[in-house]
Amino acid sequence: MTVKFSKDHEWLTLEGTLATVGITNHAQTQLGDVVYVELPKIGTHIEANAAVATVESVKAASEVYTPVSGEVVEVNADLTGDPAMVNRAAESDGWFMKIQLSNVSELDGLMDRAAYDEFVAG
Amino acid sequence: MSETALQKTPLYEEHKALGAKLVPFAGYEMPVQYPTGILAEHHWTRQHAGLFDISHMGQCFIVGPDFATTAAAMEKLVPADIAGLVPHQQRYSQLLNVDGGILDDVMITRTDYVGYEGWLYVVVNASRKADDYEHIAANLPSGLVVQQGQDMALLSLQGPKAEAVLAKYTAAIGELRFMSYQSLNINGIEAHVSRSGYTGEDGFEISVFAKDVTVLWNLLLEDENVKPIGLGARDSLRLEAGLCLYGHDIDDTTSPVEAGLVWSISKRRRAEGGFIGAHRVQKQLAEGVSRRRVGIKPEGRAPAREGTEIQSLDGHRIGVITSGGFGPTVNGPIAMGYVERNSSAYGTKINLMVRGQAMSATVVELPFIPQNFKR
Repeated sequence: MTVKFSKDHEWLTLEGTLATVGITNHAQTQLGDVVYVELPKIGTHIEANAAVATVESVKAASEVYTPVSGEVVEVNADLTGDPAMVNRAAESDGWFMKIQLSNVSELDGLMDRAAYDEFVAG
Repeated sequence: MSETALQKTPLYEEHKALGAKLVPFAGYEMPVQYPTGILAEHHWTRQHAGLFDISHMGQCFIVGPDFATTAAAMEKLVPADIAGLVPHQQRYSQLLNVDGGILDDVMITRTDYVGYEGWLYVVVNASRKADDYEHIAANLPSGLVVQQGQDMALLSLQGPKAEAVLAKYTAAIGELRFMSYQSLNINGIEAHVSRSGYTGEDGFEISVFAKDVTVLWNLLLEDENVKPIGLGARDSLRLEAGLCLYGHDIDDTTSPVEAGLVWSISKRRRAEGGFIGAHRVQKQLAEGVSRRRVGIKPEGRAPAREGTEIQSLDGHRIGVITSGGFGPTVNGPIAMGYVERNSSAYGTKINLMVRGQAMSATVVELPFIPQNFKR
């Protein structure tokens, strides 16, 4: 499955126009131990580049920005009871939310893995 | 301060070699965590022994002709009983400004080194060093001076296994009482060791010459019970222990009475005053305070950070959180902050305004974890 990455260190995968969004492994290593994740409400309409979730590590709170616009149709409820999943599996089981895209052209601005790796190494 | 101006402790290369994540702190490049991370470091310290490099802290001496003279001069600067210290004893206190606000919180030790009986050893916060030394110097009577420790380093070994770790090198460690020091030889290294710390655990603070600190650091890390611990866990440990962090929970606007530090002011000094800032402290002791530092336990799992507004249940602003985060041993969010006096009783229900939403919380007694000091 194609994975795309944002400069704010989110990843997304696509099934049709349904995007699964999370934070990258690089992002979780920067955050450190995640102790709480605040997710948006299902049904929320979100705009690209808006803060939609909050990740709390022991040290600090960090906002998560959605790289795409659309409607939140599902959130990863497992993160409520096991926020450390974000550290263990940031780019798989530690996904944050599923968004029904409203503007697929926003995907054009995202990076592929090679470009993201280069961006991080920057 | 620009990053190019950051100072390094003598253990900088050791931290790098251990894979520490280094961050600017109080003008120093300090380890915030090692590869295992803050949670693991926190738990390790509570269960075994954690080793902290706190060489960034200021070590200085108040130098006078004899103990009584130096103690009298120090009592002008802090509200604690200094004259009553016995040799080897140390006390926690605060430097106050004329308005009774806290300029810094400090540890003061009556030394007993031959020929240095008139010296007090004082440890101050890294971020306050320069201002503290200036303030102390400006308020000492003539003939007394504040002398910065030269080429000194400071380690902290904290946790239930700390005593056993040091006992391998110096059996006398078992005799050392809480809040006192001994001059000890650790594997050939001359060390000033006090039984104190800032984690709520039993532990030791070890002052050595900078030239010896790398050898000592690595020697202590050889013990399987000892791991290096960064500033991140130092912060979560002290928050659980209900201890103040200067610049956050106490500053030049808060008094020791508001901060709940009255325990550090002896009965004699409360009655006599005679220290800078005594007017406000004595007035507040007599009449009470308008706000008070309290422990705060948020309901649910979301931490409430420093700066979070505290409201009464009917929506009035009654205070602010000064330290807040996640307590790994508590296994949940914890905080402390100031609230108006009539909302400061334990059990009072309050709201914390987190990201625009009111989050339920309760005023609780500090500390969040039982203290394991060896009295």
